[in-house]
Amino acid sequence: MAETHSLQDMRQQVAVAAKVFIQRDYTNGTMCQFQTKFPSDLETKIDKQQFEETIRTLNNLYAEAEKLSSQSFIEGCLACLTAYTVFLCMETHYEKVLKKIAKYIQEQNEKVYAPRGLLLTDPIERGLRVIEITIYEDRSFSR
Amino acid sequence: MKNCEYQQIDPRALSVSPQSAQNHADKKLQRPRRKWQVFPGKNRFFCDGRLILARQNGILPLTLGLIIVTSGLFFAFDCPFLVTHLTVFIPVIGGVLFMFVVASLLRTSFTDPGILPRATADEAADIERQIDTSGSSTYRPPPRTKEILINQQVVKLKYCFTCKMFRPPRTSHCSLCDNCVERFDHHCPWVGNCVGKRNYRYFYSFIISLSFLTSFIFGCVITHITLRSQAGKNIVQAIQESPASVVELVICFFSIWSILGLSGFHTYLVASNLTTNEDIKGSWSSKRGAEESGNPYSYNNIITNCCVTLCGPMPPSLIDRRGFLPPDEVISVAAASEVELPPFIPKSEANMCTQSTKDALERMLHSTDLHGLCPSGTPKTTPMVLEVLSAPETKELSLSSGCSHQLARQAVVDPCPPFSKNNRRDSLHSINPAFRLASPSPTLSRSVLVLGEGPDIVFSPQQH
Repeated sequence: MAETHSLQDMRQQVAVAAKVFIQRDYTNGTMCQFQTKFPSDLETKIDKQQFEETIRTLNNLYAEAEKLSSQSFIEGCLACLTAYTVFLCMETHYEKVLKKIAKYIQEQNEKVYAPRGLLLTDPIERGLRVIEITIYEDRSFSR
Repeated sequence: MKNCEYQQIDPRALSVSPQSAQNHADKKLQRPRRKWQVFPGKNRFFCDGRLILARQNGILPLTLGLIIVTSGLFFAFDCPFLVTHLTVFIPVIGGVLFMFVVASLLRTSFTDPGILPRATADEAADIERQIDTSGSSTYRPPPRTKEILINQQVVKLKYCFTCKMFRPPRTSHCSLCDNCVERFDHHCPWVGNCVGKRNYRYFYSFIISLSFLTSFIFGCVITHITLRSQAGKNIVQAIQESPASVVELVICFFSIWSILGLSGFHTYLVASNLTTNEDIKGSWSSKRGAEESGNPYSYNNIITNCCVTLCGPMPPSLIDRRGFLPPDEVISVAAASEVELPPFIPKSEANMCTQSTKDALERMLHSTDLHGLCPSGTPKTTPMVLEVLSAPETKELSLSSGCSHQLARQAVVDPCPPFSKNNRRDSLHSINPAFRLASPSPTLSRSVLVLGEGPDIVFSPQQH
C-alpha cells in the first residue's frame, strides 16, 4: 500500500469522521484573526507546534491583507478618483493576499495535513468565520 | 430507448423521454447553477450575479429620477443663461458633480454591503454542541449572547438564529434583507440596499457629492433668478421666464436640509469610527460616570479613523455570488437533529410556494421517509428544505427609512404560509420559551417549507 495518499484518492476511500472548527479571535477588534488554541480533537492527529504555526501564519497573512498601509491608502484614493473603474483592470491588495493564502493552505494540505488524514478548508469558503478542519477516518483497509 | 447499452444521448429524446430523475440530472448537470440563484437572503441579483440589490428597492428609481430630473432641468434651462452671463465652467462643474453622484449612488446600491453567508449545518451543529453541555434530549437553543474582550472592553456577541452563528462584533442582522451584514450601518431605502462595511465609503461619497450638487444647483438657480430680475424686471417676471428654475428651487430647498444634515452626521460617525446602529443604540456612550466605556474600535485620532473607514483596504465579497454550485454534493446528516439542507429559496418566493405546496403534498404521499446519507450517485436536483427561522431580530436596527434614522419595525412578512408545519411551529412555541423571550413581537418563528422533486432528501423530523 502506498504510504502517501493523494487528496482525490482519500476522498473516495475515506469517510468524514469529524469536523473541527477554529473560531475567530476578536480580542484585537474586528480584524480577521483565528484562535490559536489547540482543539482537543486533533491531539492524536497532529503536532501542536505544527498546528499553531499554520494558524499563526494564516493570521499574519490576514493581518497583512487588512493592514492600513500607504499602499492601500494610495490604492483607495486612486480608486476614488477613477470612480472605482480601476478595479476592472487590477485586483485589490486584499485579493492578492487572499490568493497567497489559498496557495499556502493548499501547500499545507499537501505537505502536512493530508498525510495525517486531515484537510484544511480555506476560510474564505466559509465567509471568514471559521477554519474548518475535516478529520477523515481511513477505511481503505476495510474496503 | 434501450437502457442496457451505451448510446449517445439524443438531445431530442431528452425532452420526449419520461421525466425520470436521470434525465433531469443530465439536464441539470449540463447547466450548472450559480450560487446567487440559491442565495437565502432577500436580495435581487442582476447581470448573472454581478450586481446585488435589496428586494424592496422601490425608492431607488425615485432617488435616481429626482437627481436626473433636477440636473436635467438645470442643464437645460439655467446653464444657457449662466454660460452667457457668467462662465462656461458652471455646466462643467455641474456635469462632473452629477456624474460623481450617479456613479456613487449606483455603486452603493449594487455593491454587496458585506453580507455574511449563513453558517453551514456542520458549523451550526458544532456551535450547539459546544454550548449544550447538559446533554438533555430536549432541544434548547444556544444562549443568545457570548461575551468577549476587545481592547480590554467587554463586548457582547449575539447569536443570530437565522444565520445560525454568533455574529462578529459590529455585525447586525437586517430584517429587510434577511442577512447579517458586517459593520452594519443602516438599511437605506433611498439607495435600495443595506449600508455596511463594503459600501459605506460609496454611500458617504454619494451623500457628500449630493450635498455639493444640491448646494451648487441651488446657488446657481438663485444667481440665475437674481440676474434676470436685476435686468430691469421684477422677480415675478423673471420666474415666469424660467419656470423650471422654481421646480429646481423647491426640490433643492427641501433636499438640502436633510442631505446636509445627513452628511454632517455621517462625517461625525466617520471621524469617531461609529456606525449609525451603534450611535442610535448608544452602545459606547458613557452612561456610567465612573466606568469609561469608550468605543473600542476607535483609534482616538480623527485622521486615522477617517482613513480606516474610507480609505482602508477593500474587503472581498464573502458570499461568492458567481461561484458554481457543486454538482453532486453528498448531503451529510446534521449532527444536531435539525433539518438541514443547502437552502434553496428562489427569487420569487410566491411562485415557488404555490408550486411547492402542491409538490410537497404529492411528495408526502408518495415518498418514503428518508433518513441518513443518500447514495452519492444520486444527483441532486432540487432539494427539499425546511428552514425554521426563529426569533427574528426586532431589536436589530435595520432602519427602514434609513436616512431619517427611525427604529425599524418587524417589517418582514412571509407571503408563503407554511403548508402543514403549523403544528410544528406551535410545538416550538410551547416547548421553547426562549423563542418567546427573543423578541417582543408575536410572530416568533417562521417556517418556510420549499420543496422540489429531489430524491435526496434528508428529513429528520425530530425537531421536538
